[in-house]
Amino acid sequence: MGAGHAHPLHLDRPSPVHRLAPEVKIAATLLFTIVVVATPREEFWAFGGYAVLLAVVAAVARVPGNWLLKRASIELPLVLLAIALPFAGHGERVTWLGMSLSVDGLYGAWNIFAKGTLGVVASLLLAASTTMRDLILGLDRLRCPAVFTQIATFMLRYLDILADDARRMRVARLSRGYDPRFLWQVKAFAVSVGSLFLRAYERGERVYLAMVSRGYDGRLPRAGRDKATPRQWVQSAALPVAAAAIAVMAS
Amino acid sequence: MQVQAMHIANGIVDGPVSAMFAVFAALALAFCVWRARADLDDRLAPMAGLVAAFIFAVQMLNFQVLPGVSGHLLGGALAVVLVGPWVGALCVSTVLIVQCLLFADGGLTALGLNITNMALIGTAAGYLLVAALMRLLPKTPAGVGATAFVASVIGVVLASQGFVFEYWLGGTTHLSLATVSGTMAGVHVLIGIGEGLIAATTVATVARVRPDLVYALRRFRPAAPAPKPVPVKEPAA
Repeated sequence: MGAGHAHPLHLDRPSPVHRLAPEVKIAATLLFTIVVVATPREEFWAFGGYAVLLAVVAAVARVPGNWLLKRASIELPLVLLAIALPFAGHGERVTWLGMSLSVDGLYGAWNIFAKGTLGVVASLLLAASTTMRDLILGLDRLRCPAVFTQIATFMLRYLDILADDARRMRVARLSRGYDPRFLWQVKAFAVSVGSLFLRAYERGERVYLAMVSRGYDGRLPRAGRDKATPRQWVQSAALPVAAAAIAVMAS
Repeated sequence: MQVQAMHIANGIVDGPVSAMFAVFAALALAFCVWRARADLDDRLAPMAGLVAAFIFAVQMLNFQVLPGVSGHLLGGALAVVLVGPWVGALCVSTVLIVQCLLFADGGLTALGLNITNMALIGTAAGYLLVAALMRLLPKTPAGVGATAFVASVIGVVLASQGFVFEYWLGGTTHLSLATVSGTMAGVHVLIGIGEGLIAATTVATVARVRPDLVYALRRFRPAAPAPKPVPVKEPAA
């Protein structure tokens, strides 16, 4: 556990994007995604422009392209859905390579593919350049209700511990010669999920008592790190503003 | 192949409908926070945090369904039976928000939709079933297990129909609604049965060891009798 709590998508690089305060990055990602989703699907050029913008951000953040591609495979189920759409769609149809494809389905597939991919890449860039702790700090500064940031803080802090608990239980089971791996052996899996819950809940009670005995009264002390400067807000506003400019020009 | 939990991505449902559901989800979660505080008062943050970490950890555990196909638990109905609807909905939403921001799973603009389906509809349906079934079934580990099974199957299927409803309101493509609804229901009945089997065994395990922790059972436990005043003998004068 000494290895810090970096999440699997974080890429530690010395780049200007990494140094930006987290709240400006969250705001910029959200605004950019909203502009992308609001763009009509017929504006092919606009989507190309957005992709170029993201490529520039990735280059400044020193996030390699194939790293992004590999992580973007999370949207693969959606791509499969998008491929099915032209065949399943209704309305006017065109014939291409002997296949009858629905025009509306083609547009729909393009829409889902383009907006989905741009959204995933934008989120990946945010995740790659922001640590977990900074992200929560950013949400807190964006006036996200404290209940949520606190629950999320505890969740991320204890996630690794619980995952390790689960791993230890699995190792214990394996070393006793039992390796449930098929549907009819699911009981062993479920029982260990049950004991994982017990361990988590009892740990929660202990953590709460430990906190109360150290003076917890329902609020956590704020971690101090430099707030975003106006200059940082301007820098990160470049992404959504450029996207909005592209959207306006294309329409 | 690995079966992934499919969260709605950007661009499947149009902007206005997404915004509408984001507002709806925010209001509903505010209500959940208020009710969850009544359950846990200042224990809310640490306890809900640990339960959310549990749900997250459970989603990372894969088990093999058939050779080559593995799945994982979604944990919504499990949370409802174990910690109640308010804390459960809060925990599942926190998991969804973090998955969206840190793991790029599910679109940022579709967050309201995902929270509505998985954290609100799934939990609400699950909890109504739990409340109804626990009146009929015996308050034993087996009874709670059966409740968890039914709540999981129906909760998961209804959550998938939540997507169909959103798609009907603002889908960006024009697929026939019956096809979408049928496909979603069919796939999710299968997911729900797997989910239900595991949730049932899990809940039964917890109910055997610490029945006091199972929210669904706690409601029916008689309140601890008030301590009897010990008669104090007046010292003889």
